[in-house]
Parts: sequence; structure tokens; C-alpha cells
Amino acid sequence: MGIWFPLLLSLKVAICATALNLLLGVAVAFGLSRWRSPLRDLVDSLLTLPLVLPPTVLGYYLLVLLGRRGVFGAWLERWGINPVFTWEGAVIASTLVAFPLIQKAARAAFENVDPQLESAARVLGLPERAVFFRVSLPLASKGITAGALLAFARALGEFGATLMIAGNLPGRTQTLSVAIYAAVQAGDDRGANILVVVASITCVVVLLIAGRLAPNRSRVPVS
Amino acid sequence: MTVEISFRRLLADTERRFALDVAFRSTSRRVVLYGPSGAGKSMTLRAITGLLTPDEGRIVVNQHVLFDSMLGVNRAPQVRKVGYLFQDYALFPHLTVAQNVSFGMRTGILNPRRSSMPEAAARWIDAFELGAVATHYPSQISGGQKQRVALARALAAEPDILLLDEPFSALDPPLRARMRSELAALQSRLDLQMLIITHDPADVEALGEHVLEIRDGRIFSDSMAAGG
Repeated sequence: MGIWFPLLLSLKVAICATALNLLLGVAVAFGLSRWRSPLRDLVDSLLTLPLVLPPTVLGYYLLVLLGRRGVFGAWLERWGINPVFTWEGAVIASTLVAFPLIQKAARAAFENVDPQLESAARVLGLPERAVFFRVSLPLASKGITAGALLAFARALGEFGATLMIAGNLPGRTQTLSVAIYAAVQAGDDRGANILVVVASITCVVVLLIAGRLAPNRSRVPVS
Repeated sequence: MTVEISFRRLLADTERRFALDVAFRSTSRRVVLYGPSGAGKSMTLRAITGLLTPDEGRIVVNQHVLFDSMLGVNRAPQVRKVGYLFQDYALFPHLTVAQNVSFGMRTGILNPRRSSMPEAAARWIDAFELGAVATHYPSQISGGQKQRVALARALAAEPDILLLDEPFSALDPPLRARMRSELAALQSRLDLQMLIITHDPADVEALGEHVLEIRDGRIFSDSMAAGG
């Protein structure tokens, strides 16, 4: 049984899911951090659901939504797109499952930005878009990065929702964690052992890279 | 150079109800709004910058109508050409001194580059003797230097009026006296209209020409300093 395909597929899915979540999570987090409405708590709870619902429940929702006869799936079908049993389906599952991690981290980071700095930028003539890109986003970047790393780790290990929507097709949608399950089910102890070691090493490597990437705020004079 | 202000704003939360009703007019270059904390000084400045919207009234700086509830005018803070020195300076901690000073010179979505700086910014850096710390971050410079950076940053945007919120309260007492005379000298050199709010009588003494006393959200007394 190949090690490389499931490993590379897991990495590919996790990278895509994290990239998508960086866009979605940061946009939603920024919007929510500025939104004053009694509905905010309700929306916040709904967005946190993926964190507490069993992944199989999320996978089931995705199947209902995106399946050929699903509400959204039927519409996608007309464009010739069907994410069920594809690696893109795995990306959707991982994105959904990891979304709250990045959204919550980004929102806390945006709420921690001193509003006075944003006011200062406005008085200096910056339009709202520039205030976001030049003040809010850079000052929140540390928290966002931390959230992105958590989201990446979560996406890398995703199992339940991925199995529901992308299935277990060796060489097509079988990610590392799904491959381990399949090997154990098939009584392939040697294969399972190898895959488990590979998964563990990958996680350690990711953590090491994460430590290197984490922005270091102790600035040193350049002069 | 004229500043003409007359506005009302009711501020209410669960703990406090505060009615701000401020009206004054000044052609002086050194206007000081003096009063205890909680009298509405900072709120008045915020209304001039556009960060606080009055319920009604009119704010005119240098013949530019910034706010007029009768005419339905309420210009955005971005276009008011008002310089604002925040009480704790509000320097951008992720940008160097040079980047902070040139911050308002461009309004695109990218911050000024760390390696180069516009000619005009370099002039302000020189004028405020910040050359030695131009590549430093705000956390690495002294309180007096921070204030100069904040002043340079506000002035580099070429405002019509400079508003200063308790400009010396964040400084050690020995430094205060020096920065007061620096500011007075700067004002004479640039011939710029300044509106300073303070609770410190020493600031009034050193910088006040037109002194307005504010209490409980209202102008309590209005006087021109002798010989000012």
C-alpha cells in the first residue's frame, strides 16, 4: 500500500482548506468584530457549530446539501460539478471543520486591535479599505497566523466529515487518516503501523515549521 | 485662521448621562481648552475630527464647513484636514518611525516601505531631529521622541488645524517643560493654528493665548491671555 499518495493528498487538502479559511475566516471575523447587532451572538453560535458537532453530522449535512439530489448539489450538477467522492469534497469538509478555529482566533485578534490606532489612520486620511490593510490586518496578523496553524493541523487530521463526503477511494480520495482506518479494518497491521508513523512524523514536522513561521514581535533596530 | 464651533451631543449609557453643549469661536493661533477630566474636552476634539458625530450644530475650520446639521453636512474624518495628536500618541507599533511619519502621505492599501522614505517625510524627520531613530519602532524610543514622531506624522499630512489632546500628560515632569517650549517654538515657526486641551494649569500658562474653560460639557469662561 502506497504511503505517498495519502500523505500528499492530506497535505494538499489541508493547504487548500487553510487557504480558503484564511480568506473566509478573516473576512467573517472582521465583519463580526465590527457588527453591533443583537443577532451577533446567534450568528456566532452557528459559526461555532462545526467545532462541537460530530464530524459525521457535518459530513451528513454536506451530503444533503451538495449531493446530486441536494439543494445546492442539484444546482452545481447543472454546471457539471459534483464534489461528492472527489478530493475537492475533502477540501470542503476540512474547510468547514477547521473554519471556527481560524474565525475565532482572527476575531479575537481584530477585537484586540486598539481602536484608537484605526481612528488615527482615518484622521490621517486613509479610506476604510486602507485602514484595514495597513493597520487592522497587520496588527491582527499574529493571532490570525496562530489560528491558521491550528486550522491546518485540524484539516490535516480530518476524518469523519471527509469520509462521509469524499469517501474512501484509494488513489483518489483516500487521505492519511482514512487510509489508516482502512488498513486497520483490512487487518493490514504493517501498513497501519507505517501510516501511523508517517502521520506522527508529519505532525511533528508541521509543528516545527509552525514554530519557525510564527511572527516574532521582538523587533531589532535595523540601523 | 478661524475655528468656529457650536454643537450639542447627548452621551448616555447605563451609568452616566452627559450633555455636551460647546460653543466658541477663535481666531487665535493658540487656543487652549482647559478643564478637569470628564468635562468633555476629548469629546470636543473628537467632534472636530469627525470621530464623534454631534446631534446638532456647526463646526467650521478655516472657512471649511466640516459639520452643519442644518445643511446636512458631515464630512468624513479622512477629508477634514485636521491634525490630531492623541493623548498617548497612537503611533503604529508595527511601523518604524519613518513609516509612521510618512503614513498619511499615501492613502493606498500598502504601508510606506521600510527601506525608502519620501523626501517630504525626510524633511519632517530632520526638523524633529528623529534621524537617529528613523528605523526604530515606537517601542524602542523615548517618550519625548514618541511625541515628536506623533507631531511629525500629524503635520506631514498638512492639516488646517492641529488638535492636541493632553499633549504632555504622558511625559515625565522634567521633560514636560522642555516639550512645552519646543511646541511653542514649533507653533511660531509654522504659523499653524493649534487647539490644545489640558487639565494642567502649566500648559495654559505656557501655551494659552485664547483660553477657554470647560466644565460639565459647557464653556464656562472665555478669555484672551494678557500680552498673548
